[in-house]
Amino acid sequence: MKRLVVVDVNKCVGCQLCMLACSRRFGVVGHNKSAIWVRSAGGFERGFTIAVCRACKDPPCARVCPTDALKVREGGGVILNPTKCIGCGLCKEACDIGAVMWDYEVDKPVICVHCGLCVNYCPHSVLSLEEVV
Amino acid sequence: MDWFKSLSNVLYVDLTRKTFWVESREDLFSKWLGGIGVATQLYKEEVPKNADPLGPENVAIFAVGPFTGVHHLGSKTIAVFKSPLNNYFSESHAGGRSALAIRFAGYGAIVIKGSSDRPIYLIINDGKVRFRDGSILWGMRSTETVGRILREVSPGPGHRAIMRIGRAGEKLVRYASVITETYRHFGRLGLGAVFGAKKLKAIVVVGLKGFTIPDISTYRAVYNEVYELAVKSPAMKKYHDLGTAANILALNSIKALPTRNFSSGSFEHAGEVSGEKLAETVLARRVACAGCPTACIHIAALREPYPEEPYFYKMKFISYDHEPLYSLATNLGIGSRDGFLKLLDAVEEEGLDAISTGVVLAWATEAFSNGIITEKELLTKPSWGDFESYIKMVRNIVIQPNEFYRTMALGVDEVAKKYGGLDYAISFNKVEPAGYHTGPLYIISLLIGSRHSHLDSGAYSMDQELLAAKKPLPTPQEAVEKIIEEESWRQILTSLPVCLFARGIYKPEMVEKCFKPLKKEVSAAELKKLGREIWIEKQIIKYSEGFNPLELRIPKRVLETPTPHGVVDENYVREALKYFNLVVNLSSKLK
Ligand code: SF4
Ligand code: SF4
Ligand code: SF4
Repeated sequence: MKRLVVVDVNKCVGCQLCMLACSRRFGVVGHNKSAIWVRSAGGFERGFTIAVCRACKDPPCARVCPTDALKVREGGGVILNPTKCIGCGLCKEACDIGAVMWDYEVDKPVICVHCGLCVNYCPHSVLSLEEVV
Repeated sequence: MDWFKSLSNVLYVDLTRKTFWVESREDLFSKWLGGIGVATQLYKEEVPKNADPLGPENVAIFAVGPFTGVHHLGSKTIAVFKSPLNNYFSESHAGGRSALAIRFAGYGAIVIKGSSDRPIYLIINDGKVRFRDGSILWGMRSTETVGRILREVSPGPGHRAIMRIGRAGEKLVRYASVITETYRHFGRLGLGAVFGAKKLKAIVVVGLKGFTIPDISTYRAVYNEVYELAVKSPAMKKYHDLGTAANILALNSIKALPTRNFSSGSFEHAGEVSGEKLAETVLARRVACAGCPTACIHIAALREPYPEEPYFYKMKFISYDHEPLYSLATNLGIGSRDGFLKLLDAVEEEGLDAISTGVVLAWATEAFSNGIITEKELLTKPSWGDFESYIKMVRNIVIQPNEFYRTMALGVDEVAKKYGGLDYAISFNKVEPAGYHTGPLYIISLLIGSRHSHLDSGAYSMDQELLAAKKPLPTPQEAVEKIIEEESWRQILTSLPVCLFARGIYKPEMVEKCFKPLKKEVSAAELKKLGREIWIEKQIIKYSEGFNPLELRIPKRVLETPTPHGVVDENYVREALKYFNLVVNLSSKLK
């Protein structure tokens, strides 16, 4: 099993190609379906902060979900079952690193599935897909 | 939502009545694509012929287009307004996050009308416009602080653009800029003063929406194809490595680097302020506009000790490019990197256009040494290389303590008309030029361009190509044809709009291909035709506002200082302008 890793955030240039790639999984152009979020660390000069699921082995988001909509993924992290999700937002609150994004269109969370698509479009080798040991 | 429906939404904001509304303008976006094409039409609808650029009848239009967020380097926003510097239809382009934020907010264009009675700023988010009290931000000394505060009080980090003016805009300096994301500028032609006159301190745009593409598999294929070109081509790598600052040494070696108010084409200290040297010594970070893999923005770190307190330092971060290096270093005879960075920092804090400011300062230096103006007006004694005096002068252009500085704030043309020294007041159609002294084609392009960027038609590189190929100059008529042809094609690139650094990638056939996934059939030939049409539309507007190429002033200095093509013959340029006039008159009749 693989997981997405932020290798070196200092090399990030803030192009947001990773975010665009993630939304593109759903045939959408935008940032609204992206499970990865790049923002400046208080102004561009200070570099960037990347929030994305780090594939916890015992993810708090899954533990707080009242409807069992988040299943723990083999290799860490979670898989969302949208039909079960009621959009209560508890998972978003439970994630201290802010890696549970929100899709305002459907009012449900967006969480990284560690597919690695974004890695292919990061021009500066900030992201990588690594085998979970 | 479908891409075209969301693109066609134009947001109108009326600052006088503090209202806003959205109109679907499919009519405009289907014919004119977006960007400059659409913005030109909106300008035509909104701005009366005799509009005062600083009156409520002027507008600030921001337009994006079909490639924004969709294709690589679709990262630019096109601003159109009537310039308070030269009184004509004008445009200025910038990236940062502005383009994606506007597009993902669900608009193709934003039209800011009217003017507020007191300072305000706008937050555009989730289909609404909030009018917020801007009095606390008004008068704040640094645009950086303004940005910092707005980051704290606005929603949507990572998904927003924060476009703001500095004190220069508030004080109506005719070459004040609008800054977005601290390091990008709608720099040229005074959009900052247009904001200032409207009492508009800032616009925050939050983009949290998306849209769909009709043919997603074709989309993925062309997206990947362009990606390969964008990250692998040597041309794009150049922008990432050294950035546009790589031009300093290149131009210096062919003696086309404006130095000491264009009195020379080479600078003995060019090596100290070159892209190479800056990268080696002060480069701290490279960043990208949203949607661009290239990352050409170069940010330097400047460490300044506090004079009174040992071991206290302030760290300043300043982005540099070729243009400020020319205008605030070589053209002022500054060979000190720190001196240049400090001066640029002051210009950024105040929110001034670096190019115009540098040219105004250069004129003042010469006027002072010629005795036309004295310390009494200047309040300092500038000389080439003296960045400390220049920093004082920059502050005074904004503070305007006397009549002289009030006139300096109007641009080099106005100040020289009043005090003298017109021969070395370097401006073209009242606008201070970008940093090249490559030859006659470039001079012609500056006189007739509407954006006053070297990228209008890229004539600076036509000059250089002729030189490299050891070809003789074309006839003035051929030169004009060549410039118009290139400038026309660039109307398409800036209607998509894509960053002009990607012009090598977005050839007509590639643009045609990139439209396929959007299910918009438009051939390369049709695109070229449309480019010409947009170009003519712009000329007609300018002419209606009184533009006359036959009456343009050509600064004597640029005709005296040799270019790599030798001394430029004024007759050649005048012949070209005559021919240009003929072409425009003929084309507008045919229309
Ligand atoms: S938002 Fe959905 S996935 Fe998250 S905790 Fe609530 S029900 Fe579970
Ligand atoms: S690994 Fe896949 S799901 Fe996760 S952020 Fe990247 S593209 Fe999105
Ligand atoms: S694609 Fe890479 S460089 Fe660009 S924002 Fe994402 S992580 Fe940063």
